[in-house]
Amino acid sequence: MANISTRRRALRTAGAVVGLALTVAACGSSSKGSDTTTTTKVADTAATTTKAADTTTTTAAAEKLPATTLNSSGATFPQAFYQEAIKAFATDQPDVTINYAGGGSGKGQTDLQGGLVAFAGSDGLPKPEDAAKYTGGKVLYFPTVAAPITVSYNLDGVDKLNLSPDTLAGIFQKTITKWDDAAIKADNPDAKLPSVDIVVAVRQDSSGTTGNFTKYLAAATKLFTLAPGKDVKWPDGVQKGAGNAGVAKLVKDTAGGIGYVDFSDAKATGLKFAAIKNKDGKFVAASLEGASAALAGAEIKADLSYNPLNAAGADSYAITAPTWILVYETPKDAAQAKATKAFIKFILSKGQVLAPTVDFAPLPKALVDMALAQLDGFAK
Amino acid sequence: MVAADNTFLLPRPESQLPAPRGAWRDKVFARVVLAAAVVVLVILALIAWSTANEAWPAFQHEGLRFIFTNRWNPAKGEFGGLAFIYGTLVISLIAIVIAVPISAGIALFTTEVAPKRLRKPLVYVVDLLAVVPSVVFGLWGLNVLGPMLNKKYISIANFFHGVPVLSTIFSKPAGNKAIMTAGIILAIMITPILISLMREIFSTVPSALKEAAYGLGATRWEMIRAAVISHSKSGMISSIMIGLGRAMGETIAVALVIGSSPQITAKLFGPGDAMASVIANNFGEAEAGSTLRAALIGLGVVLFVITILIGAGARAVLNRSAKKLAS
Repeated sequence: MANISTRRRALRTAGAVVGLALTVAACGSSSKGSDTTTTTKVADTAATTTKAADTTTTTAAAEKLPATTLNSSGATFPQAFYQEAIKAFATDQPDVTINYAGGGSGKGQTDLQGGLVAFAGSDGLPKPEDAAKYTGGKVLYFPTVAAPITVSYNLDGVDKLNLSPDTLAGIFQKTITKWDDAAIKADNPDAKLPSVDIVVAVRQDSSGTTGNFTKYLAAATKLFTLAPGKDVKWPDGVQKGAGNAGVAKLVKDTAGGIGYVDFSDAKATGLKFAAIKNKDGKFVAASLEGASAALAGAEIKADLSYNPLNAAGADSYAITAPTWILVYETPKDAAQAKATKAFIKFILSKGQVLAPTVDFAPLPKALVDMALAQLDGFAK
Repeated sequence: MVAADNTFLLPRPESQLPAPRGAWRDKVFARVVLAAAVVVLVILALIAWSTANEAWPAFQHEGLRFIFTNRWNPAKGEFGGLAFIYGTLVISLIAIVIAVPISAGIALFTTEVAPKRLRKPLVYVVDLLAVVPSVVFGLWGLNVLGPMLNKKYISIANFFHGVPVLSTIFSKPAGNKAIMTAGIILAIMITPILISLMREIFSTVPSALKEAAYGLGATRWEMIRAAVISHSKSGMISSIMIGLGRAMGETIAVALVIGSSPQITAKLFGPGDAMASVIANNFGEAEAGSTLRAALIGLGVVLFVITILIGAGARAVLNRSAKKLAS
């Protein structure tokens, strides 16, 4: 009896193996088929792009660009703006297709290093020691827009809230745990603060927003002792949400909640946000004007890097986050370089008008002029 | 009679018989099958090699602390991933404990108990559950199940208040995200695969065995215990291992509901974190060449190794029980 069952089992396994072999064989033949088709396609497109490149080199820059596809990826923070800009750019240059894949600043930088994308969006700039990894040569930074990061809260009966950096650091490190704490009262002498527990909401995913928020706190107050960065080891008991929308939802759903949320998500969720005491000692609420003022107050370096966090100026909103587009100074593909140049130019001109409609702050004119000057030297 | 039926299975005495026409096909077939088997091994080895290679900076940076300490603070360059390993094991265990009895029950019901015309629609509904994408389970867990369970957790916590040990395990939740919620979501997610695997196994039980049990005067339950379950034991263990593998690798649904707090805690209603979900949460922003990226890939390697160890362990258990049966 046992003998039979083992034999049967052997038969069954044999059957399974035959099945597996058949599928493998089938896969083999089908992939071969698709291989041939893709190679012909690639050959076709290669032919057209080389043709296109030939024509662009002979025509002027202002003219209509030939069919080109630009792939890009990177920071999700300015993604809503880039999407809008890409849509508007399509009416100017209908034959240029731009894909912005998001994925995070880290992904954008990695993709640019690997030469997978024509340009990368990034909220931070590559570290000097990583320069060697960018195999395509020197990388240029183009600032595009900026946006305030709000400190949103959910507290019945309190529609105006002032917070100094010291108080903010106390709240996010959980040394201040009640809304009627003396420190918050000192910032808001006129508000009626209830004795409700503060529920702190932060990001669960690694994020440039967390990076900018904690870098701001570290710059603005000595009381913030956590190591700033995209991943922060928050104290126990903080709530975590995925993405800006996740944190916004946590704050909205929790009485006594407070969290850092980017401007457009905070507005879309209908959250109230606090006025933050800036470097000049003034309480300024998050707004696009406040963000633009912070940019004007920031010191801009020769490579167009700048830090608007905790910027000087009476009207500056203290937690303003910058973002850049990264490109190689001399891209290999001439047609793509031309299209990239046109797109960056578009962002620095019409895109600046478009920015406020999707809750991003335009750059001050001085910075735009510097970026345009750098653009002249790009892809020559 | 039985022996005569099976003679074709006996090895052909090749020296005595002339090679039949078309014997070359057997050889080709054997080679193709061998190649397929080797390809699988090669792919596995390449995955192991390339991930370990990418993770090397983190292993070098942390050494054994990478898997034996709990101090995860990327901003300070600390990568001790024990809390993630712990979290993955705990939620997978919760999932198995909940899902296995339910799946076995449903599988038995559809193969042995349910009226014939009900079986097909039942199986169809169960298979539908299997095609729901995991992010849907995740969002449902985040927005519906999590808040609902939270209220239950509070009443359970109140019930066990003051009882030693249990009051820690079932202490009050700190929000809508919890280790327990992740385990329950995982249990729901692995139930369909467990059911269909177990159904297959139960349906291979020879009807002669079942009839013999009935013939000895067994009730239906006694028949199931004596004929169906004892015949399917090793198959059931294999399916549980497949389910466990699925649970450990599940990413998005867990990332949404577990709370992303790397801590080793007995509090099942509190937040924790798991290997797959910390990778999903942080990989996008982990810059190329950074130790964080290496550490995240390293957690993938650890997950890979743990899965293989569990698979091998299950094999060993099966082999031992097979030997016991034989002796």
